[in-house]
Amino acid sequence: MKRNLFLTLIALFMIPVLFISCGKKEEVAEVVMEEAPAGPVVMNWNLAADPKTIDPGLNGASDGGDVISNTFEGLVRERSGEVVPGIAKSWDTSADGKVITFHLRESKWSDGSPLTAHDFVYGWKRAMDPATASEYGWIWHYTNVVNAEAANNGDVSLDEVGIRAVDDLTFEVTLSAPTDYFVSLTSFYHFMPVKQSVVEDPAGTEGLWAKTPALAVSNGAYKLTSYKVGDGMTLEKNANYWKADKTGLDKINVKFIDSASTGYTAYQAGEFDFLDGLSVPPAEISKLIAENPEFYVFPLLGTYYYNFNMDLPLWEDSRVRRAMAYAIDREQIVETLAQGNVPAAGFVPPGFPDDKGNDFFKTAGTYGVSLGSESIAEAQKLLAEAGYPGGEGFPKFTLLYNTSEGHQLVAQMVQEMWKTNLGIECTLENQEWAVFQDTRKEGDYEISRGGWITDFLDPMGLLAIFVDGNDYNDPNYNNPEYNKAMAEASSSYGEAHFKALYKAQDILMKDMPIVPVYHYTDYFLSSPKVKGWDRSMLGQIDFTTAYLAE
Amino acid sequence: MRSYFVRRLIYSMLTIIIIATVTFFMMHSIPGGPFTRERPVPPEIMRVLNEKYKLDQPLYMQYLDYMKGLFTFDLGPSFSKIGISVNELIIEGFPSTAKVGFVACVLIVILGVPIGIISALKQNKPIDYLVMFMATLGVTIPSFVIASLMIYFFAGKLGWIPPFGLSTAASYFGPVIALSGYSLSFVARLTRSSMLEVLRQDYIRTARANGLREWSVISKHAVKNALIPVVTYLGPTIAALMTGSFVVERIFAIAGIGRYFVESVSNRDYTVIMGITVMYAAFYVLMVLLVDIAYAFIDPRIRFEKESK
Repeated sequence: MKRNLFLTLIALFMIPVLFISCGKKEEVAEVVMEEAPAGPVVMNWNLAADPKTIDPGLNGASDGGDVISNTFEGLVRERSGEVVPGIAKSWDTSADGKVITFHLRESKWSDGSPLTAHDFVYGWKRAMDPATASEYGWIWHYTNVVNAEAANNGDVSLDEVGIRAVDDLTFEVTLSAPTDYFVSLTSFYHFMPVKQSVVEDPAGTEGLWAKTPALAVSNGAYKLTSYKVGDGMTLEKNANYWKADKTGLDKINVKFIDSASTGYTAYQAGEFDFLDGLSVPPAEISKLIAENPEFYVFPLLGTYYYNFNMDLPLWEDSRVRRAMAYAIDREQIVETLAQGNVPAAGFVPPGFPDDKGNDFFKTAGTYGVSLGSESIAEAQKLLAEAGYPGGEGFPKFTLLYNTSEGHQLVAQMVQEMWKTNLGIECTLENQEWAVFQDTRKEGDYEISRGGWITDFLDPMGLLAIFVDGNDYNDPNYNNPEYNKAMAEASSSYGEAHFKALYKAQDILMKDMPIVPVYHYTDYFLSSPKVKGWDRSMLGQIDFTTAYLAE
Repeated sequence: MRSYFVRRLIYSMLTIIIIATVTFFMMHSIPGGPFTRERPVPPEIMRVLNEKYKLDQPLYMQYLDYMKGLFTFDLGPSFSKIGISVNELIIEGFPSTAKVGFVACVLIVILGVPIGIISALKQNKPIDYLVMFMATLGVTIPSFVIASLMIYFFAGKLGWIPPFGLSTAASYFGPVIALSGYSLSFVARLTRSSMLEVLRQDYIRTARANGLREWSVISKHAVKNALIPVVTYLGPTIAALMTGSFVVERIFAIAGIGRYFVESVSNRDYTVIMGITVMYAAFYVLMVLLVDIAYAFIDPRIRFEKESK
């Protein structure tokens, strides 16, 4: 009978065992650290997420973008805000500013085959083709490339788009209006060349080619050599890269660890040389900023704000909206968050030079919105003028944000400031991310959280979202004057362009359909031995010329 | 006995179909979709995406399509990892999940049961108090706390275990303890109380009165009966452990399927939610069936024939 008991236990375990043995044979001993000094130069990097895709044409997220900036190279690169030649050796612009001709260098794909202007034409047209369904396809609505927007909407054929290969090494783009930021825009992941034969390989559909080592052909400093879903990938030096002699790393082990405490512990234990900001526990940030030279903080070109639902009579009076924007002590919020953020008085963050080379953020000024507590008196006056002295009789409303500790903290501070400074009460409500986005899109809120990060190095990338009819105009703001100023900005360049943009932000801040709170920051940890990396203004990490120094 | 099995098998299939159906409609009824983004996708592209993933069809069509896929073991493409199918996600992730789950199950049985028995035999002795103290701790401390502490001390401070992955034997230590902590403690407590109850039964007294040696009394007569509730508990537990835990896999960065169970819900990755749910359901149903079979081996009073009448 004792044997029966034994059999029972065996039976209970039978099934799991069967399942395991059916499963894939595991590589038992995965090498985590290579310590042999004479071996290849290896860097360990925690990307902190398993990218949805690393196909340049399909990608729409920064994690995928960080990988692509190392596996691919576009016409140009943007290094710390400077546009430097990439596959294009040089480029010239026609007298009217509408035709840009890129002269490509002779370069190769990672499989050794030649890279030509036709690969750019294919990559760009594929990316804008509605059939590709790229989540980033909307960028074509801002490029001013002739017919690109219409082609992305499926209204005209891709053949009518203003891009062509003049010959194997000459790539020509025709714009509908001169566009200051166009050349720097081409450094972005969406504008990479891709190799048609692998993209269209039946085994690599839906961008799977980019994650499949056997198919992944790229033209950047590194090429993909392994990929394990949910775990990590390996990038190895691409010997066919035109500047391969400048690449100091032989191999990058990339991990997808999304638990901040685990990633951070591993970094401290020396298992990582480079750690994405998502892996830094928020509680550690203020200490790291103060004490650790390995911690890097960069401005991220975006803004954290609240939307007024402009369709509601509640927010009809601009004095009410301004009072609420003025009544917030932004410095206090930024200090509490302790992430090195910059208090926001307008919508355009620091980091955009205008036509005269001045920072747009500084030149624009604060519109009377104080960064600290100076404008609170003005806020109280405005509210009294609007008929609610001391907040008396002000209707109750709800502030909606998506569930997260950070958003909750900011919302609570704002709630408290409105109560103390203006005497108005609001309730807080949070919704799960996907639900929140639907609610906000449907305009089913009174005040909702918003956040926006630009995709190109021009204040247009931010201000354009408040134009009437823009998909991202969550407050449903509609001021014909603003729309006009933005239309002017989008069809002009140089001085006129920036004049229109300054004017637009003036109008926006007078109307105050939003409450700007702070400008974002981006941060990460990098071991002192990793040298030569770069972060683009748009936030992409570039290890093209990285090396290790002991 | 065979007709019993056939019936059970049919019931099991029905259960899985019902679970799949309910999950399908619940999932599609919550707001948001797989392409909901901070930055909404332009309408034209949204249309193409919906068409590609057949989300433009009426819900019942999508349902029929899905069920058809289910019967042919095609769980469809993932929405959040483009180009990768749910089948691939499971094939890639399940071995890691199952390895940790299997070790945890073994640990629960080979430690939990004997500890419970010893504790019962030494009732109210220091060892019993110690075991019950530990078991109470194990039941009350949530796994994410255990996991975080293990990372902090054993990986961070002491450097005894790697902070992530399953690269070495030592790396199983953290996830297995965090995963099995609760069930191990629970099994020990369950075995102890069940054992104590059995030891007070008449037939045990009879056995002892007949002069059987204490060892035979315990091993042949007491333990087997005491194990019935334990086996009942173990069935579903094994199913749960073998399909992984979100917390443990996330904290120890194990590339398994447990994490998809939670992540796919916030991503509205319909096909992954369905795939993992159905897989878990199948496991669960199977384990319940195995538990029922195990009863017959353990307890001669239980007969399938009686039930099938």
